[in-house]
Amino acid sequence: MRTVIYLLIGILFGITMFKSEAASWFRIYEMFRFESFHMYGIIGSALLLGVLSIQLIKRFRIRSFHGENINFPSKAKGVLRYLIGGIVFGLGWALAGACPGPMFTLLGAGFLPILVVIISAVLGTYVYGVFKNRLPH
Amino acid sequence: MNWIFEPWPWYIAGPMIALIMFLLIMVGKNFGMSSNLRTLCTLCGADKKVDFFKFDWKAQRWNLIVVLGAIIGGYIGANFLSTDAVVAIHPDTITHLNTLGFESAGTTYMPTELFDMAAFTNPKSLVILIVGGFLVGFGARYAGGCTSGHAISGLSNLQLPSLIAVIGFFIGGLAMIHFIFPLIF
Repeated sequence: MRTVIYLLIGILFGITMFKSEAASWFRIYEMFRFESFHMYGIIGSALLLGVLSIQLIKRFRIRSFHGENINFPSKAKGVLRYLIGGIVFGLGWALAGACPGPMFTLLGAGFLPILVVIISAVLGTYVYGVFKNRLPH
Repeated sequence: MNWIFEPWPWYIAGPMIALIMFLLIMVGKNFGMSSNLRTLCTLCGADKKVDFFKFDWKAQRWNLIVVLGAIIGGYIGANFLSTDAVVAIHPDTITHLNTLGFESAGTTYMPTELFDMAAFTNPKSLVILIVGGFLVGFGARYAGGCTSGHAISGLSNLQLPSLIAVIGFFIGGLAMIHFIFPLIF
């Protein structure tokens, strides 16, 4: 049953990414040229409602659908890893025009060369794992 | 219901993303897609060589199912919910892309120069896809999250590290498009 719910949430996510064109390389390029409000509207409105819903869950101690307490773990403190990692991610995001969610949506949509991006992203993750201890964090 | 077949405006898509994050939180999970790349490494046997990949991947099984859903959702969106999937980017963006050699700008969903089957045999396209994907995977794990984990989940929870990461995303993205693109296209 839970598996079905995860699958349905994923399908909803995939449809949203495709239909909103957030999965389109063109939209990412346009966003970084500040020539459209589209992507900023998507992220901005998602954030506004996201902040609101998390505040409500915290304030009223809302439990999950399964009756468990909901915890929001804080991200580890630091600057370098977020800044350098973020810059590296941004360079790739603009070049490949896809981030780790939409790249799978694009695969389903039939843009097969995205497989090259997915495999390289897995490889990039692996290389990070190998050098993790030698990188500034 | 005709709107469903048109491109979705930001004020539909944004709230949908917030809803997806809310649903994941309410089933006791979280919204973060790049973790799956680490799980895929472990599934490929990376845990035998590198400690970073030694973790209970089965605890992340749910997220792989979300990914499977994202693939199916892409199939549904492209094949059943779209009549004409052309991305109507700004005319100035189209003009600029044309000067860079992207003739498909404004006529397709993805640039055919990079995402047509011909890309598999075009060395330049392949290098761009490989380098782009590599940086996305490396950077996301280094930063501890991607657009979903930091820009949506982290910022929604008012996390300073996520703000730093998102600023990084934009420094990198702007540098790529404004300084590096003119050199490679």
